Amino acid sequence: MKSAVVLLPGLNRDRDMIAALTKISGIPPVTVWQTDTEIPDVDLIVIPGGFSYGDYLRCGAIAARMPVMKAIAEKADKGVQVMGVCNGFQILVEAGLLPGALMRNDHLKFVCREVKLRVENTNTSFTRKYAPGQIIRCPVAHHDGNYFADPETLARLEGNGQVVFRYAEGSNPNGAIDDIAGIINERGNVLGLMPHPENLIEPAHGGIDGRALFESALGIAA
Amino acid sequence: MIKARITVTLKNGVLDPQGKAIEHALGGLGFAGIGSVRQGKVFDIEVDGSDRAKAETELKAMCDKLLANTVIENYSVAII
Repeated sequence: MKSAVVLLPGLNRDRDMIAALTKISGIPPVTVWQTDTEIPDVDLIVIPGGFSYGDYLRCGAIAARMPVMKAIAEKADKGVQVMGVCNGFQILVEAGLLPGALMRNDHLKFVCREVKLRVENTNTSFTRKYAPGQIIRCPVAHHDGNYFADPETLARLEGNGQVVFRYAEGSNPNGAIDDIAGIINERGNVLGLMPHPENLIEPAHGGIDGRALFESALGIAA
Repeated sequence: MIKARITVTLKNGVLDPQGKAIEHALGGLGFAGIGSVRQGKVFDIEVDGSDRAKAETELKAMCDKLLANTVIENYSVAII
């Protein structure tokens, strides 16, 4: 299956993401620039992490208003899988493709370490290769990962199984409400998560817990 | 030329860790009796023309589309 990686000024995890997608699918992703208004036919569009536009105004706020986001919204409407990691997640919520907001970490410090995640919903195209409730390791690196949503939105997310990844007990690195680390849209084709699964896909990384996410989304037999 | 000041603040009920840190720092400087501190943003914007009502509509659209994240923030527009 084919994939695309979105490039914006200030992102810095694009190379890692391209490497992960290439290694796992065997096909290098096409790259899409922020001003592109059309995206080639692919099965998965990924917005990687970093600090687009220097986090000016709010993390992801300016990137979310770039022309490429309209093209991504159109693809999402057609059912194409879209995944945002870290800054990519922030961009998806700023663009309104996912609900809620990502705020400054509650302890006000940049956090860069490994956390444990619980896979809460394996009935998605991104997580089907995990076991329900599986605890996986995953690195995080962010300053604004403190997920927030109003009570009605939270109730809807929980009720629909849209909370896909949760920080395992004692692992919440940022104060995110209800330990939310990653959510999916109602339709189940737009996923956003703060942790970096692309950095745990081969033994040289120290583990392969992130690999199943890409294998799921790309329809690859493990 | 119309000059406006837009103020963006966090909604009630949204935690403001930066405001809390500032509050503690003020306490540390010896300022007593601080109820709370909430941090916000101010934008000073100049708009061409002299139609204040039109400018205000435009400025509110700017807030809705970019300057504020209405999931967590409120805004106010003042023509000055």
